[in-house]
Amino acid sequence: MKLKTFARGGVHPPENKISAGKPIQVLPPPPEVIIPVSQHLGAPSTVVVSRGDKVKTGQVIARSEGFVSTNIHSSVTGKVMKIDQFMDSSGYRRMAVQIQAEDDEWMDEIDLSEDLVKHTVLSPEDIRKKILQAGIVGLGGATFPTHVKLTVPRGKKAEWLVINGVECEPYLTADHSLMMEQGEELVTGIRIMMKGLEVDQAIIGIENNKPDAIRRMQELTEGLPIKVQGLKVKYPQGGEKQLIQALFKREVPPGGLPVDVGVVVFNVGTVFAVYEAVQKNKPLIDRVVTVTGKSLSDPSNFRVRIGTPVSLLVDKAGGLPEDTAKVVNGGPMMGKALSTLDVPVVKGTSGIVLIREPEAHRKEVLPCIRCTRCVGVCPMGLEPYLLMSLAEKNLFEQLEQERILDCIECGSCSYICPSSRPLLDYVRFGKAEVGKMIRARKAV
Amino acid sequence: MSQIIIITILTLAGIGTVAAVILYFVAQKFKVYEDPRIDLVEEALPAANCGGCGFAGCRNFAENLVKSENWDNLYCPVGGNETMARVAGILGREAVEQAPRVAVVRCYGTPEHHPRTTRYEGAHTCAIAHSLYTGEGSCPHGCLGLGDCVESCNFDAIHMNPETGLPEVIDEKCTACGACVEACPRDIIELRKKNKKDRKIFVSCINEEKGAVAKKNCAVACIGCSKCFKVCPYDAITMNNNLAFIDSDKCKLCRKCVTECPTNAIHEINFPPRKTEVTRKAEAEETN
Repeated sequence: MKLKTFARGGVHPPENKISAGKPIQVLPPPPEVIIPVSQHLGAPSTVVVSRGDKVKTGQVIARSEGFVSTNIHSSVTGKVMKIDQFMDSSGYRRMAVQIQAEDDEWMDEIDLSEDLVKHTVLSPEDIRKKILQAGIVGLGGATFPTHVKLTVPRGKKAEWLVINGVECEPYLTADHSLMMEQGEELVTGIRIMMKGLEVDQAIIGIENNKPDAIRRMQELTEGLPIKVQGLKVKYPQGGEKQLIQALFKREVPPGGLPVDVGVVVFNVGTVFAVYEAVQKNKPLIDRVVTVTGKSLSDPSNFRVRIGTPVSLLVDKAGGLPEDTAKVVNGGPMMGKALSTLDVPVVKGTSGIVLIREPEAHRKEVLPCIRCTRCVGVCPMGLEPYLLMSLAEKNLFEQLEQERILDCIECGSCSYICPSSRPLLDYVRFGKAEVGKMIRARKAV
Repeated sequence: MSQIIIITILTLAGIGTVAAVILYFVAQKFKVYEDPRIDLVEEALPAANCGGCGFAGCRNFAENLVKSENWDNLYCPVGGNETMARVAGILGREAVEQAPRVAVVRCYGTPEHHPRTTRYEGAHTCAIAHSLYTGEGSCPHGCLGLGDCVESCNFDAIHMNPETGLPEVIDEKCTACGACVEACPRDIIELRKKNKKDRKIFVSCINEEKGAVAKKNCAVACIGCSKCFKVCPYDAITMNNNLAFIDSDKCKLCRKCVTECPTNAIHEINFPPRKTEVTRKAEAEETN
């Protein structure tokens, strides 16, 4: 049988899933957390605590500001030390709340038992409300508020709920371990989301390099209107638009949303968070993070509290190896290098990858030889070499015409380029500038 | 044989005449009147086409000079007062004078003062590095040292100093067109009034973070202590968001603030060496 995959472009980098099969270790709350107030796409939340306040685990510390925004909760019990600018993963300072942990006393309404609660009597409306209250965002990395995605715009209709268990980024295994260990919760979560979205069929997409996860999910979904689909291993299959292409052969129109073709996609991590929020009243205060690297002594999958410093995670995984030259926040394809380890884990942190010295550096940039391999691998059908040269010349109007905003920043072009040209760097820059230009145009 | 030649000549001459007549009437019909003074003014301009005046090249600027009633916002920084006077002469108007200016780099985060904690290997432009992170050092306002300003200069007036990793302006070549000011994603470069002998006093830092944070990243950062603000006898210094700023129009170059600054963030350039107690005594003895 020919396996399904997306039609256009794509690459297959070495998988390096070192931490696959490692159980999820639950880390105790750290002595101190720093929780940024903007961990999601959309408007930053407004801080509702003040310095010196005592907060409990799960208490709201920043409230959603507008529709595309969400709540942020304390991940420990303790005292608010500071509400100030703290360094984020780019080194720039952003508003965050620092809490010193004293204890781990959860809010009363949170159900801490391990029992699986299978049924829900809530209406779709109430499910969405609970998700917003719990501060859930897309945990695949894009951090788009989940309640917004569950609200289908008027005039459109969702037919399918797609669960993204692809995890196409090399090294990362957080979603894989979640499917293996918390499958039952995931299935319940999927059924809740089907209800929230008012659809009656769901499909889970999993790449074929995780046969155990495919088998496990198939067992659990037997007799349910939930299909499990194995997919050929190809990066960036975990991209929303690529996954939809692979599963349904439907093309999301440029500038459009998946719901335009009747599909809404969620990551498995998000589904698990929804389960916890709806059935256990537990807000999003922790997540699974893969900490991995070739010379790390103990690559692991951790369930950690939001706000835990990255340095602590690295210590728990065996300490920083001496030959580490780069620490990447996220996967090696789309992630960004950290300038310091003293930054907190946020809702969007899916992994921490330690890269060894010989593999960490970029190669010398050579002139473009017009081989068009970047065009061949672009899953969105763009021309990266052209976008780069236009961005170099600051020709933003032309970049807009060349559909730069369609770029999903997967980095396949930079990966394949035989001249090691920094294609994605320029495209990201161009995209940001075109975005600014369009906003300025709208403001006039 | 000769008949063929005569016919050819006559035919061509006929076509030529008809075409000339048509062209004449067309030219009359679609004639565009252009003020001849525009050409004269354009000739008087430096022809650098740098855009420093804010217009698309010298021709466009000349058109605006001829057209506009009000010259308040029209000034050629490259040609300066001399060129503006010449233009005013051509148009029989009064020239607008502006004090000559020069670009000043307001960062002194050399590797020694502003230790590098990371290594940047991405695309070699400041604009991209700025959008990604704070740069090799950890100051979010400091110079990234990748030379977007050097690239933007049409006059070869700004160069990277490989030792300090910072750009340096050659005052004689700088025309204050403002291209580097525009190119710098961190707004480090400022156009300041040109003083006698190219003397300059300025706060060589634009970090608006709190003093302790700024100082941690860079030894020569302005920490917003306000000492210079208090000592300035001419009200030339203002404090804003933990940062001192010296207004070059008000500054009388007295140098009092320079010695006051605890982090040496205020620079004095092209001044004679200060008189120490020893030299002062020696001088006094000489005059006696």
